[in-house]
Amino acid sequence: MLKRYGRQTVLFNSPVGIMATASVVGPKEGQGPLAAYFDQIEADPMFGTESWEKAESKFAETAAEMAAKKADTAIGDFEYIIAGDLLNQSTGSIFGLRNTNAPYLGIFGACSAMGEGMSLGGMLIDGGFAQKVICLASSHFCSAEKQFRFPLEFGSQRPPTSSWTVTGSAAVALGGTTGGPSVMGCTTGKMVDMGVTDANNMGAAMAGAAADTIVAHLTDTGRSTDYYDKIITGDLGYIGQELLLALVKKKGYDITHKHIDCGIEIFDKNTQDTLAGGSGCACSGVTFAGYFYDKMKRGELNKILFVPTGALMSPTSVQQGESIPGIAHAVVIENA
Amino acid sequence: MQYIWAFLVGGAICVVGQILIDKTKLTSARILVFFVVAGVILGGLGLYHHLVEFAGAGATVPLPGFGNLLARGVKEEIDRAGAIGILTGGLKMAAAGIMAAVFFSFVAALIFEPKAK
Amino acid sequence: MNIGTSKKEYDKMVKQASPNSRIGANCVRAFLVGGAICVFGQGLSSIFMAMGADKDMAGTLVAVALIFLAILVTGLGKYDDLVTFAGAGASVPITGFANAVAAPAIEFKKEGYIMGVGAKMFLIAGPVIVYGTLASMVVGLIYYFVR
Repeated sequence: MLKRYGRQTVLFNSPVGIMATASVVGPKEGQGPLAAYFDQIEADPMFGTESWEKAESKFAETAAEMAAKKADTAIGDFEYIIAGDLLNQSTGSIFGLRNTNAPYLGIFGACSAMGEGMSLGGMLIDGGFAQKVICLASSHFCSAEKQFRFPLEFGSQRPPTSSWTVTGSAAVALGGTTGGPSVMGCTTGKMVDMGVTDANNMGAAMAGAAADTIVAHLTDTGRSTDYYDKIITGDLGYIGQELLLALVKKKGYDITHKHIDCGIEIFDKNTQDTLAGGSGCACSGVTFAGYFYDKMKRGELNKILFVPTGALMSPTSVQQGESIPGIAHAVVIENA
Repeated sequence: MQYIWAFLVGGAICVVGQILIDKTKLTSARILVFFVVAGVILGGLGLYHHLVEFAGAGATVPLPGFGNLLARGVKEEIDRAGAIGILTGGLKMAAAGIMAAVFFSFVAALIFEPKAK
Repeated sequence: MNIGTSKKEYDKMVKQASPNSRIGANCVRAFLVGGAICVFGQGLSSIFMAMGADKDMAGTLVAVALIFLAILVTGLGKYDDLVTFAGAGASVPITGFANAVAAPAIEFKKEGYIMGVGAKMFLIAGPVIVYGTLASMVVGLIYYFVR
């Protein structure tokens, strides 16, 4: 039986259980409002290594090992590791996971990596191609600054529309039918280019994609917004949230009271000077793996639509004047 | 008195830069280029030295002052050595600043590590 | 676009949703800090002249001293904080140029002294030298023929 609904959505035959999650974050995230939910807060942004890139890899390695341990499975026994980050040639993922001895699928979806990974992992398992999969995403404020903006010690004022890359890594171990929070399906996003060229306003660049994916999911499944307790986007931030709500409303859906954005939740903008909010692959990753997974386990949330968002750009594309396409992948997570 | 003018003129040039940062989407590198080239042009027209005369460091310390120095250097070198000054004058005048930046930056790279925010 | 909003319409929405920089407060801080750096330079100039330097020599020494201090502060990890506070007040003086040279030199030493420090040192400040000297050549050419 075809498990496809509408143009972009798949719903699984049976729930794909989440065996365990792991969230490892840097010091700034550890001072934020979600500090209590993270598994490990690393005080040293260099994580004992000698470069930002190596530090990001160490975050990824630590998260992968922790998720495997919590899932009571040797990391080499996972049939797939699916991982993504923001750095050129997936530097963060590759050098963190090279010793895992598990089949590796590297993905790029900018900050939507966790959504893309969990979609693919869920499909691999429901398709009968695997029993245990780890999905991982990482980002690091300093390695992202170095690659996308300026060297750390260069002085420049951040415009109020800019976001703050989350330092950390999240790993989600999928497999088994243990009950509890499970992946039920996914809606794969299309690239949506709203013509935004300002790399300091990623929320605006991604809001169109988030709206498109959320509306596509509701249309494909015929569900109303009431089906979900919360609709959770990745890193739209304050500006992106406002735009998302307006765009979705234009399509006839009101998600004002359902919507939460990880980029808004992870930092306190008043005391942490994070402007438009948090961003980066780890933003939606650690917020789900730490905070929302916990809320679901406690039964405070039972059905969520988790929609990590990504801005598809490189310093080269921006310098060449290209606009920034957005992408958003929706993952249906329910207490089975 | 010169201190007051240095403060006012230096501060005012920075305000122009701040307005450019906030009102345009120009990157820092572009704004630095703008100021240096503006200084070269004003220096070339022989206007900038009036500002230097009464504002002192208020006019020489901001980047247009560096541009003015380049323009002055090229003119002086042409007067002294002829056409070859077109090629040598600018960098000659800027040599101390550039060399100091290269040397101290190299030493800084030897000593310091970048720090997270 | 199938999401029912044209790029033009969206551009308007984005402008409305995006907060503006607080330009008034930013300008005041830029003025005060930029002015203060210049006054400091003026003070140094007086000292150098009292020690016997002529006006040009004093100007050169002031530039070298400010560049040294800015790079020291950059190395200590504080110049970026100063710019966050003062914006152009700390970017536009020669100290901002020095910061732009030192910051990549420090950052990219992980990639080695040749392709890192050496190649990346003028990543941000390079255009200033390129266009500053090119403009001076143009000035020289004109001056040569019209003087």
